[in-house]
Amino acid sequence: MATLSERLLGSPEGSFTDLELSRAYAHDGTGLQALLSFLRMQTKVRYPEKISIIYDHIVPANNSETANLQHELRDFSKEAGFDFRDIGEGICHQVMSEGVCLPGEVVVGADSHTCTLGAFGAFATGVGATDMAAIWATGETWFRVPQTTGVILEGRLKGRAEPKDVALTYVTRLGMDGATYRAIEFTGEGAETTEMEGRLTICNMAIEAGAKAGLFYSDDKTVSYLAEFGKDAARQEPEDCTYADELYLDLDDIVPSISAPHRVDNAVPVDKYEGTPLDQVFVGTCTNGRYEDLKRFADIVRGKKIAVRTIVVPASKTVLQKCIETGVLSDIVAAGCSIGTPGCGPCLGAHMGVLGEGEIGLSTANRNFKNRMGVGAEYYLCSPSTAAASALKGEIANPEEIR
Amino acid sequence: MSDSNSIKGSGHAVCVDDDVDTDMIIAGRYLRTKNKDLWAEHAFEDYDPTIVGRLSCSVIVAGKNFGCGSSREQAAAALKAAGVKAVVAKSFARIFFRNAINLGIPLFEVADFECREGDEVFFDLEEAVVECGGRSYESVRLSDRMNEIIAAGGLIEYLGRRK
Repeated sequence: MATLSERLLGSPEGSFTDLELSRAYAHDGTGLQALLSFLRMQTKVRYPEKISIIYDHIVPANNSETANLQHELRDFSKEAGFDFRDIGEGICHQVMSEGVCLPGEVVVGADSHTCTLGAFGAFATGVGATDMAAIWATGETWFRVPQTTGVILEGRLKGRAEPKDVALTYVTRLGMDGATYRAIEFTGEGAETTEMEGRLTICNMAIEAGAKAGLFYSDDKTVSYLAEFGKDAARQEPEDCTYADELYLDLDDIVPSISAPHRVDNAVPVDKYEGTPLDQVFVGTCTNGRYEDLKRFADIVRGKKIAVRTIVVPASKTVLQKCIETGVLSDIVAAGCSIGTPGCGPCLGAHMGVLGEGEIGLSTANRNFKNRMGVGAEYYLCSPSTAAASALKGEIANPEEIR
Repeated sequence: MSDSNSIKGSGHAVCVDDDVDTDMIIAGRYLRTKNKDLWAEHAFEDYDPTIVGRLSCSVIVAGKNFGCGSSREQAAAALKAAGVKAVVAKSFARIFFRNAINLGIPLFEVADFECREGDEVFFDLEEAVVECGGRSYESVRLSDRMNEIIAAGGLIEYLGRRK
C-alpha cells in the first residue's frame, strides 16, 4: 500500500513526476527574488489565480530599500492578478492554513516552512525563488517522490507538555539531517488526538530534520477545523504501508523541552537550563503564533507581570482578532508584553526584536542557528507555556512549576 | 551542452563542516537587496569571515547536510556570485540542492571525499566523478534533466532553450 506522499503525488517513492500545483505562494522576501527570475524569462503567468503573495517577513517595511522592493512586487502582483495579501494579514503558512489549503492538494511555497500545511493531509513543500518563477510561468513543477519516515505517536500529552515539545523531541531524535530527502508521516493514536493547531506546529518543524514534507491524515478534526473557515474538506483513510524507517514517540513521556543554542536537534527537558537568565522572550512565528499558543501563554501570565522584555507577535490578523475578542490580547498586554504586527517578527533576524551581542533570548520559533536572530546572541527554543513561565521569572523556567 | 566548462572543471578546495546552514552562508540581514555582489561579499560571514576571500575559482568541500535551513536562494546565488565552481558534500539539504541546480551550480554528493583546504579538486558532472590528491571518487548521479539544467547555466536558461 502507498504512503500518503505516494498517494498525493500519484507515483511510487523514488520516481520523478511533473505535477500541476493546486496552489503556490511566496512572501515579500522570496517573492521579490522570484519576480527577478520571472522577468528574465520574458513570459506570462499561466494561472495567476493559483498564486498567492503574502507579506510577512519584514512588515511593515523597516527602511526605504525594503519599502521600494516591496512596492515593486506589490505592483506586479496586483497587475498579474495574484491573490495578494499586504502587511499585517499574517505569516504565509498561517494565512494558507485559514481555509485556503485543503486536504489532498499539492502545494508549493517559496519558504522552507511550507511543510506546515501537511497538517491538512496536503503535500506541501518549500522551494526557492527560481523554482517559484518557473511555477508562475508553467503552473507546474517536478518532484522526486520521497521515501517516508513514519513517526508513530502513542499516548497523550500530559500537564503543560505541548505539540511544540513533541516537535523539538522528534527533531532531536531524528537529527537535523535525519529525514533529508524524505517525508515524515505522523500516525498513531497520538496523531489522532492532536488538535489541528498542534498538527500545524508539529509539521512546521519537519524541515528542521531535513524533511521535504510532514504530513497528518485528514480526519474529523481536519474537517471541522476547515468548516470554521467555510470549507468542505475530505477525510483520508490511512492505509497499511511500509515506511523507510519508523520512530515511536510516547506522548506520555514528553515534557516541556528546550533546544539550546545553536542547534535545533539539541532538545532536553527544561530543567536542565532552569535559571538561565534571559534578556528577551519572543512568542510567535509560524511554529507557535496561533490562537491556542497565545492563549496558553496568556493563561500563565494573566494577572501577573513579566520580569523580562517580551515580544508577542500573532501569526495572522485572524489570530489577532480572536485574541482581542476572547480577552487573550488584553491579558498579554496587561502583563507587560509588547505586541507586534502579525507576521514573522524577529525570527529571520532582519528587524523588530533582534538581540544584541551577548544577549540571551528564548523563542517559540523553529530555529536557533548562530547569529540568526542577532549577531553574537544566543537563542533557546521552547513552547509558549515555557516562554510564559520564563517571562514571569526573567530566566528559563519550567511551566509545570507555575500555579 | 555548449557550456560544458561549467560542468567540468577544477578549483581549490574551501572546506567547511557538517550542517552549515543557509543563515551561515548568507545572513538574513543581507537579503533585502537585488545586489548579488553584496551576497558575494558577505558569504559565510557568520561562519568564518576569512572564507570569503578564498571563494573565487573554488570548490566548496562540505560535510553532511550542507545548506540546511531556509529556502533562501540567495545562499546558492552568493556562492555563484563569489566564483564558486562546484560544491562537493557528504550530503545536501534538499531545498539548497534544488536551488543550486536551478542556478547552474554543479553538485557532487560523495560520502567519503578526502581533501584538505587549498587542494585542487577536479570535477566532471556528466561522469559524476570528483578527483583530489590523485584519487577519484564517484558521486551520486543526478538525473539527466538536472544535468541539463546545470549545463544550461540554470533553470531559466534551460527553459529558455526549450521554448
